[in-house]
Amino acid sequence: MTQAPDLPLWAAILAAIFVLIGAGATFIGSMGLLRLKTFYERVHSPTMGTTLGTVCILLASACVSSVVHARFSVHEALIFLFVSLTTPVTLMLLARAALYRDRVAGDESVPVEDDRSN
Amino acid sequence: MTRLVPHPLLTTCLLVMWLLLTQSVSPGQILLGGIVALIAGKTMALLRPDPVEIRSWRAVLRLTGIVAVDILRSNLAVGRIVALPSRRRRVSGFIRLPLAITNPYALTTLAIILTATPGTLWLQYNRTTGSLLLHVLDLVDEEEWIRLIKHRYERLLLEIFA
Repeated sequence: MTQAPDLPLWAAILAAIFVLIGAGATFIGSMGLLRLKTFYERVHSPTMGTTLGTVCILLASACVSSVVHARFSVHEALIFLFVSLTTPVTLMLLARAALYRDRVAGDESVPVEDDRSN
Repeated sequence: MTRLVPHPLLTTCLLVMWLLLTQSVSPGQILLGGIVALIAGKTMALLRPDPVEIRSWRAVLRLTGIVAVDILRSNLAVGRIVALPSRRRRVSGFIRLPLAITNPYALTTLAIILTATPGTLWLQYNRTTGSLLLHVLDLVDEEEWIRLIKHRYERLLLEIFA
């Protein structure tokens, strides 16, 4: 971190706040994997890390590099775009696989397949 | 124009992405990015996807704003559920709701919105009946959720996509 001394105090504080919020959100989201009971509930919590967590850490990154390089840094937005477009795919695949297995196993807590199925 | 740039939206987005990634707006990069974006647009045309027609950019902006607020709110709600011991019994469950949108792009957008939002998960959409199976982490009122999705998202998606 040779560039760190160049960072003015306000930017450092702002970046630190964003990093802490982002890390906190990701941590709580990951904690959900332990604390929530069923698989379908557990799928919900990692999205905290991919939404609020990612946004805050990227904001911190944009803030630091904008100040250090003295120009507006927006390419972090691309990371957010790709993360937010691809995570749902994984989660939907996992959830649908779980649904399929539960239905095959005859689990009655999951809703049955729609009759007029595609 | 349409022969050369069959997917103007895609081509523009790719060029912008190229310039953001290279972090420069020099003529050389614009030329290089433009060529890549044009070739990608032409390649996309070979796949013959259904044309994307965005009818209202205002609705796109409104939807983006609404989704940003909702994602922030549900982050806080899910964070509270996970991190704090709950006083009341929380019920999670499945809901089935009828969707009016049939456009594949609108459905994809809705699927991404609902799944990216902590607390709701898109499970299965039935093309024949138009019914969607969702899983909701904090299912207080099923009607409330259905109203929320139909009012806040689906109405705007209907405005955006033909």
